Amino acid sequence: MPHAPFIIASYAVTGVGMIWLVVSTYLHMRRAEASADALRDIS
Amino acid sequence: MHRFANPARFLRIAKPLTPALFWSGLLLTVAACLWGIFYTPTERLMGDTVKIIFVHVPAAWLGMGGWSGIAIASIVQLVWRHPLAGVAARAIAVPGATFAAICLLTGSIWGRPTWGTWWVWDGRLTSMLVLFFLYLGYIALSNASSDKGDTSRVAAVFGVIGAINIPIINRSVIWWESQHQKASITLGGSSIDDAYLVPLFVSVAGFSLLFGALVLMRMRAALAEIRIEARMRRMAEG
Repeated sequence: MPHAPFIIASYAVTGVGMIWLVVSTYLHMRRAEASADALRDIS
Repeated sequence: MHRFANPARFLRIAKPLTPALFWSGLLLTVAACLWGIFYTPTERLMGDTVKIIFVHVPAAWLGMGGWSGIAIASIVQLVWRHPLAGVAARAIAVPGATFAAICLLTGSIWGRPTWGTWWVWDGRLTSMLVLFFLYLGYIALSNASSDKGDTSRVAAVFGVIGAINIPIINRSVIWWESQHQKASITLGGSSIDDAYLVPLFVSVAGFSLLFGALVLMRMRAALAEIRIEARMRRMAEG
Protein backbone atom coordinates (compact mmCIF):
# COMPACT_ATOMS: atom_id res chain seq x y z
CA MET A 1 0.00 0.00 0.00
CA PRO A 2 1.78 3.19 -1.16
CA HIS A 3 -0.18 5.44 1.22
CA ALA A 4 0.21 3.19 4.27
CA PRO A 5 1.58 5.99 6.56
CA PHE A 6 -1.55 8.09 5.98
CA ILE A 7 -3.88 5.12 6.55
CA ILE A 8 -2.00 4.06 9.69
CA ALA A 9 -2.03 7.66 10.98
CA SER A 10 -5.82 7.93 10.45
CA TYR A 11 -6.55 4.71 12.33
CA ALA A 12 -4.02 5.60 15.05
CA VAL A 13 -5.66 9.02 15.63
CA THR A 14 -9.08 7.36 15.82
CA GLY A 15 -7.81 4.60 18.12
CA VAL A 16 -6.08 7.00 20.53
CA GLY A 17 -9.12 9.29 20.61
CA MET A 18 -11.53 6.40 21.22
CA ILE A 19 -9.36 4.75 23.90
CA TRP A 20 -8.96 8.09 25.75
CA LEU A 21 -12.72 8.71 25.53
CA VAL A 22 -13.75 5.22 26.68
CA VAL A 23 -11.21 4.94 29.52
CA SER A 24 -11.79 8.46 30.91
CA THR A 25 -15.58 8.07 30.68
CA TYR A 26 -15.56 4.63 32.32
CA LEU A 27 -13.29 5.74 35.19
CA HIS A 28 -15.38 8.88 35.74
CA MET A 29 -18.56 6.78 35.90
CA ARG A 30 -17.05 4.16 38.23
CA ARG A 31 -15.68 6.80 40.63
CA ALA A 32 -18.92 8.79 40.71
CA GLU A 33 -21.10 5.70 41.28
CA ALA A 34 -18.74 4.30 43.92
CA SER A 35 -18.73 7.64 45.77
CA ALA A 36 -22.53 7.88 45.61
CA ASP A 37 -22.89 4.31 46.96
CA ALA A 38 -20.31 4.91 49.72
CA LEU A 39 -22.05 8.10 50.82
CA ARG A 40 -25.42 6.32 50.88
CA ASP A 41 -23.93 3.58 53.12
CA ILE A 42 -22.41 6.16 55.51
CA SER A 43 -25.64 8.08 55.93
CA MET B 1 -41.45 10.35 27.40
CA HIS B 2 -41.95 11.32 31.03
CA ARG B 3 -42.03 7.59 31.87
CA PHE B 4 -38.22 7.83 31.84
CA ALA B 5 -38.14 11.10 33.80
CA ASN B 6 -37.52 9.14 36.99
CA PRO B 7 -33.70 8.69 37.28
CA ALA B 8 -34.13 5.39 39.18
CA ARG B 9 -36.23 3.96 36.35
CA PHE B 10 -33.75 5.28 33.80
CA LEU B 11 -30.83 3.65 35.67
CA ARG B 12 -32.64 0.28 35.76
CA ILE B 13 -32.62 0.36 31.95
CA ALA B 14 -29.23 2.07 31.47
CA LYS B 15 -27.18 -0.28 33.67
CA PRO B 16 -27.71 -3.47 31.61
CA LEU B 17 -27.89 -1.50 28.35
CA THR B 18 -24.43 0.12 28.76
CA PRO B 19 -22.30 -3.06 28.46
CA ALA B 20 -24.60 -4.46 25.75
CA LEU B 21 -24.13 -1.34 23.59
CA PHE B 22 -20.41 -1.13 24.38
CA TRP B 23 -19.43 -4.71 23.56
CA SER B 24 -21.62 -4.98 20.44
CA GLY B 25 -20.28 -1.59 19.28
CA LEU B 26 -16.67 -2.58 19.90
CA LEU B 27 -17.13 -5.88 18.04
CA LEU B 28 -18.72 -4.22 15.00
CA THR B 29 -16.18 -1.36 14.95
CA VAL B 30 -13.13 -3.65 15.10
CA ALA B 31 -14.66 -6.01 12.50
CA ALA B 32 -15.49 -3.12 10.15
CA CYS B 33 -12.00 -1.58 10.48
CA LEU B 34 -10.26 -4.92 9.79
CA TRP B 35 -12.65 -5.55 6.88
CA GLY B 36 -12.00 -2.06 5.53
CA ILE B 37 -8.21 -2.21 5.83
CA PHE B 38 -7.56 -5.76 4.62
CA TYR B 39 -10.52 -6.90 2.51
CA THR B 40 -11.62 -3.90 0.43
CA PRO B 41 -10.17 -3.25 -3.02
CA THR B 42 -8.08 -0.23 -4.03
CA GLU B 43 -10.27 2.52 -5.48
CA ARG B 44 -9.63 3.71 -9.05
CA LEU B 45 -9.20 7.44 -8.26
CA MET B 46 -8.36 7.58 -4.55
CA GLY B 47 -6.17 4.48 -4.50
CA ASP B 48 -5.71 2.83 -1.12
CA THR B 49 -6.47 6.06 0.78
CA VAL B 50 -10.15 5.10 0.40
CA LYS B 51 -9.62 2.88 3.47
CA ILE B 52 -9.68 6.03 5.62
CA ILE B 53 -13.41 6.29 4.85
CA PHE B 54 -14.19 3.64 7.50
CA VAL B 55 -13.10 5.95 10.34
CA HIS B 56 -13.62 9.38 8.76
CA VAL B 57 -17.30 9.01 7.78
CA PRO B 58 -18.53 7.50 11.11
CA ALA B 59 -16.66 10.28 12.98
CA ALA B 60 -18.31 12.95 10.78
CA TRP B 61 -21.72 11.32 11.19
CA LEU B 62 -21.40 11.19 14.98
CA GLY B 63 -19.92 14.70 15.23
CA MET B 64 -23.00 16.07 13.43
CA GLY B 65 -25.42 13.56 14.96
CA GLY B 66 -24.12 14.43 18.43
CA TRP B 67 -25.00 18.09 18.03
CA SER B 68 -28.42 17.14 16.63
CA GLY B 69 -28.90 15.09 19.81
CA ILE B 70 -27.85 18.08 21.96
CA ALA B 71 -30.33 20.32 20.11
CA ILE B 72 -33.22 17.85 20.51
CA ALA B 73 -32.44 17.21 24.20
CA SER B 74 -32.12 20.98 24.78
CA ILE B 75 -35.56 21.61 23.23
CA VAL B 76 -37.04 18.85 25.42
CA GLN B 77 -35.34 20.44 28.45
CA LEU B 78 -36.54 23.96 27.64
CA VAL B 79 -40.09 23.11 26.54
CA TRP B 80 -41.10 20.10 28.66
CA ARG B 81 -38.56 20.53 31.49
CA HIS B 82 -37.73 16.84 31.30
CA PRO B 83 -35.24 16.28 34.16
CA LEU B 84 -32.99 13.91 32.20
CA ALA B 85 -32.90 15.94 28.97
CA GLY B 86 -30.27 18.40 30.24
CA VAL B 87 -28.21 15.52 31.63
CA ALA B 88 -28.41 13.76 28.23
CA ALA B 89 -27.40 16.90 26.31
CA ARG B 90 -24.36 17.43 28.52
CA ALA B 91 -23.43 13.74 28.29
CA ILE B 92 -23.34 13.98 24.48
CA ALA B 93 -21.00 17.01 24.37
CA VAL B 94 -17.57 15.46 25.05
CA PRO B 95 -18.08 12.34 22.85
CA GLY B 96 -19.48 14.61 20.10
CA ALA B 97 -16.50 16.96 20.33
CA THR B 98 -14.08 14.02 20.24
CA PHE B 99 -15.70 12.60 17.10
CA ALA B 100 -15.71 16.05 15.46
CA ALA B 101 -11.97 16.31 16.22
CA ILE B 102 -11.34 12.78 14.85
CA CYS B 103 -13.28 13.75 11.69
CA LEU B 104 -11.15 16.89 11.21
CA LEU B 105 -7.85 15.07 11.84
CA THR B 106 -8.59 12.02 9.66
CA GLY B 107 -9.95 14.32 6.95
CA SER B 108 -6.76 16.37 7.05
CA ILE B 109 -4.63 13.22 6.85
CA TRP B 110 -6.78 12.02 3.92
CA GLY B 111 -6.52 15.41 2.21
CA ARG B 112 -2.72 15.40 2.01
CA PRO B 113 -2.33 12.51 -0.48
CA THR B 114 -5.59 13.16 -2.40
CA TRP B 115 -5.74 16.99 -2.59
CA GLY B 116 -2.05 17.71 -2.02
CA THR B 117 -2.73 19.77 1.10
CA TRP B 118 -3.53 19.18 4.77
CA TRP B 119 -6.19 21.90 4.92
CA VAL B 120 -8.26 24.24 2.74
CA TRP B 121 -10.61 26.95 4.03
CA ASP B 122 -13.60 25.76 2.04
CA GLY B 123 -17.21 25.49 3.18
CA ARG B 124 -17.23 21.87 4.37
CA LEU B 125 -13.98 21.92 6.32
CA THR B 126 -14.57 25.36 7.82
CA SER B 127 -18.15 24.58 8.93
CA MET B 128 -16.94 21.32 10.50
CA LEU B 129 -14.23 23.26 12.36
CA VAL B 130 -16.95 25.68 13.52
CA LEU B 131 -18.90 22.68 14.85
CA PHE B 132 -15.86 21.60 16.89
CA PHE B 133 -15.57 25.12 18.39
CA LEU B 134 -19.33 25.11 19.11
CA TYR B 135 -18.82 21.89 21.09
CA LEU B 136 -16.00 23.53 23.10
CA GLY B 137 -18.24 26.52 23.79
CA TYR B 138 -21.12 24.29 24.86
CA ILE B 139 -18.86 22.27 27.20
CA ALA B 140 -17.50 25.48 28.79
CA LEU B 141 -21.00 26.94 29.19
CA SER B 142 -22.55 23.80 30.69
CA ASN B 143 -19.60 23.35 33.11
CA ALA B 144 -19.77 26.99 34.20
CA SER B 145 -23.53 26.91 34.80
CA SER B 146 -23.49 23.53 36.59
CA ASP B 147 -21.01 24.98 39.11
CA LYS B 148 -23.75 27.37 40.15
CA GLY B 149 -26.18 24.50 40.55
CA ASP B 150 -28.77 25.63 38.00
CA THR B 151 -30.13 23.55 35.15
CA SER B 152 -27.90 25.16 32.49
CA ARG B 153 -30.65 26.86 30.49
CA VAL B 154 -28.03 29.08 28.82
CA ALA B 155 -26.23 25.98 27.53
CA ALA B 156 -29.58 24.58 26.31
CA VAL B 157 -30.34 27.77 24.36
CA PHE B 158 -26.80 27.64 22.92
CA GLY B 159 -27.41 23.99 21.95
CA VAL B 160 -30.55 24.92 20.01
CA ILE B 161 -29.03 27.97 18.28
CA GLY B 162 -25.85 26.04 17.37
CA ALA B 163 -27.95 23.52 15.43
CA ILE B 164 -28.12 26.06 12.57
CA ASN B 165 -24.60 24.85 11.66
CA ILE B 166 -25.75 21.26 10.95
CA PRO B 167 -27.65 21.98 7.68
CA ILE B 168 -24.82 24.36 6.71
CA ILE B 169 -22.30 21.49 7.00
CA ASN B 170 -24.64 19.20 5.08
CA ARG B 171 -25.29 21.65 2.21
CA SER B 172 -21.81 23.26 2.16
CA VAL B 173 -20.54 21.14 -0.75
CA ILE B 174 -23.57 22.22 -2.83
CA TRP B 175 -23.65 25.92 -1.87
CA TRP B 176 -19.92 26.59 -2.28
CA GLU B 177 -17.08 25.33 -4.48
CA SER B 178 -15.30 22.69 -2.43
CA GLN B 179 -12.35 20.32 -2.61
CA HIS B 180 -14.54 17.93 -0.66
CA GLN B 181 -16.59 15.54 -2.76
CA LYS B 182 -20.38 15.87 -2.98
CA ALA B 183 -22.60 13.64 -0.82
CA SER B 184 -22.12 10.00 -1.84
CA ILE B 185 -25.00 8.66 0.25
CA THR B 186 -28.37 10.39 0.05
CA LEU B 187 -31.97 9.41 0.78
CA GLY B 188 -32.29 8.60 -2.95
CA GLY B 189 -29.43 6.09 -3.00
CA SER B 190 -25.68 5.72 -2.95
CA SER B 191 -22.90 6.20 -5.50
CA ILE B 192 -20.51 4.05 -3.44
CA ASP B 193 -19.82 0.49 -4.59
CA ASP B 194 -21.13 -2.28 -2.30
CA ALA B 195 -17.54 -3.42 -1.67
CA TYR B 196 -17.09 -0.22 0.40
CA LEU B 197 -20.71 0.51 1.31
CA VAL B 198 -21.37 -2.65 3.36
CA PRO B 199 -18.30 -2.34 5.67
CA LEU B 200 -19.00 1.41 5.89
CA PHE B 201 -22.51 0.71 7.24
CA VAL B 202 -21.07 -1.83 9.71
CA SER B 203 -18.52 0.78 10.82
CA VAL B 204 -21.18 3.51 11.25
CA ALA B 205 -23.36 1.06 13.23
CA GLY B 206 -20.42 0.03 15.45
CA PHE B 207 -19.27 3.58 16.19
CA SER B 208 -22.90 4.63 16.83
CA LEU B 209 -23.37 1.84 19.40
CA LEU B 210 -20.12 2.87 21.11
CA PHE B 211 -21.33 6.48 21.12
CA GLY B 212 -24.59 5.35 22.75
CA ALA B 213 -22.65 3.44 25.44
CA LEU B 214 -20.45 6.48 26.12
CA VAL B 215 -23.48 8.77 26.48
CA LEU B 216 -25.12 6.32 28.90
CA MET B 217 -21.91 6.09 30.95
CA ARG B 218 -21.66 9.88 31.16
CA MET B 219 -25.35 10.16 32.10
CA ARG B 220 -24.85 7.57 34.87
CA ALA B 221 -21.84 9.55 36.18
CA ALA B 222 -23.82 12.81 36.10
CA LEU B 223 -26.76 11.23 37.96
CA ALA B 224 -24.38 9.81 40.59
CA GLU B 225 -22.87 13.29 41.06
CA ILE B 226 -26.37 14.75 41.48
CA ARG B 227 -27.10 12.08 44.13
CA ILE B 228 -23.82 12.93 45.94
CA GLU B 229 -24.61 16.65 45.87
CA ALA B 230 -28.15 16.10 47.20
CA ARG B 231 -26.96 13.81 50.01
CA MET B 232 -24.16 16.19 51.02
CA ARG B 233 -26.70 19.02 51.17
CA ARG B 234 -29.02 16.94 53.36
CA MET B 235 -26.11 15.95 55.65
CA ALA B 236 -25.00 19.60 55.94
CA GLU B 237 -28.55 20.59 56.90
CA GLY B 238 -28.39 17.99 59.63
